[in-house]
Amino acid sequence: MSDKVKVTIDGISVEVEPGTTILNAARQIGGEIVPPAMCYYSKLQGSGGKCRTCLVKVSKGSEKDPRPMPKLVASCRTTVMDGMEVENITSPEVVEARKGVVEMLLINHPLDCPVCDQAGECSLQDLGFEHGAAQTRYEFDRRTFERIDIGDKIQLHMNRCILCYRCTYVADQITDNRVHGVLGRGDHAEISTYIEQAIDNDFSGNVIDVCPVGALTDKTFRFKNRVWFTKPVDAHRDCPTCSGKVTLWYKGEEVIRVTARKDEYNEVEEFICNTCRFDKKNTSDWVIEGPRAIANTSVISSNHYETLKPLPVIQQNPALMAANKEEFERTKKS
Amino acid sequence: MEALSNRKKVLEQKPMNFWERMYLPAIFKGMAITFRHMFKPKETVFYPEVQREFSENWRGMHSLKRDEEGRERCTACGLCALSCPAEAITMVAAERKKGEEALYREEKYAATYEINMLRCIFCGLCEEACPKEAIYLDGPIVPADYLRKDFIYGKDKLVEKPLTELTK
Repeated sequence: MSDKVKVTIDGISVEVEPGTTILNAARQIGGEIVPPAMCYYSKLQGSGGKCRTCLVKVSKGSEKDPRPMPKLVASCRTTVMDGMEVENITSPEVVEARKGVVEMLLINHPLDCPVCDQAGECSLQDLGFEHGAAQTRYEFDRRTFERIDIGDKIQLHMNRCILCYRCTYVADQITDNRVHGVLGRGDHAEISTYIEQAIDNDFSGNVIDVCPVGALTDKTFRFKNRVWFTKPVDAHRDCPTCSGKVTLWYKGEEVIRVTARKDEYNEVEEFICNTCRFDKKNTSDWVIEGPRAIANTSVISSNHYETLKPLPVIQQNPALMAANKEEFERTKKS
Repeated sequence: MEALSNRKKVLEQKPMNFWERMYLPAIFKGMAITFRHMFKPKETVFYPEVQREFSENWRGMHSLKRDEEGRERCTACGLCALSCPAEAITMVAAERKKGEEALYREEKYAATYEINMLRCIFCGLCEEACPKEAIYLDGPIVPADYLRKDFIYGKDKLVEKPLTELTK
């Protein structure tokens, strides 16, 4: 126990390993005090420190040096010290700063959520809903790009990108050759591939899952349906390249999308390969484990019921059911 | 049992006297009321021919709007269907092709859009949920029909007439 350090976040104490970041310490506590993160991704080395949404106030540096830190710090990059006291949602300064960060992230965002396929599972949408202002003060033209096809399965909408660099880290760390990256600097920075080079790697599809916004989306799912009308189901298959543990998104009988399983922080549990993601869209390819648990605050869980089949209240009458079906067929819109 | 409040009135019914047993005065009294109503102004209207004026916040049949250039506003975002408590709305989205920019305002549009008027409770939540100001419940009363399938209104009945047809 002696090598563990004690840190207090919003009045809740937790003991963590030295070298843990404030964000991860907060995630060990869980709940509302976890700072939101747009660019940090626990499965990708070196991610974080770019979006500034996870800013927190350190009101007491450590037991030895109790002075507060002069500025708000990015909790994904700051490691804990023994006796550190951190204020997240209890500090009005942090809430105010985060509001500013959201406004900044939304400056060049087209706000085309009604069109975007990410709507409903978008981190930026959640963040804007929680912390953002309802109005924008930005009066100038937002930067616009033509949408780019990265291969035949992935679509890049540079308009929506917030430059979190997660996808470049995926390409660097998960796939063996990176062909896309960030071009330009400052306001001109954009994610792109040189001469729209196709990414053809077994794990390139993971850039879709790590993208916190709708910049990188699944082209096979493009405009198929809204995520909240689909039903997520956990399934697995024996895959030679990846773990094969995925979430299938059903609409009726049809699998319209396959993604990796995402946890409460919108991070994938295990990366999956492109064969699982794009090519296996039949129920017969998968072993179904059961419905995916979705937080009841998510729009995806709306109109979904715990019991799939309501318990029969009256005794089943096959003759009546057949007659009803016949009547239904007769009056159905042709 | 004792009453909880003292407001209960016990009705006394006396036996009827001769005039009351004849019932004739009561009949004449009733007929007088009936004939008086014949000369009062009518409260009813002959519905399909005569239509009553709707109040300003009346919610009737839905219409899918077009913008000032005559393009369909609906982008099939699904928020109306999500907000619908009766689950009356379904839609299928499609991507706008090159050359269709004059027809649809956004990149995505509703290829089919169906409202089941038998399920609809005209609560107006779809109108409130719409981020594109595309759906309004500003139409008349939904007409009666014989078959259930005829109450599923598609885009042919819901979408506003284009501007060119209106000016004719």
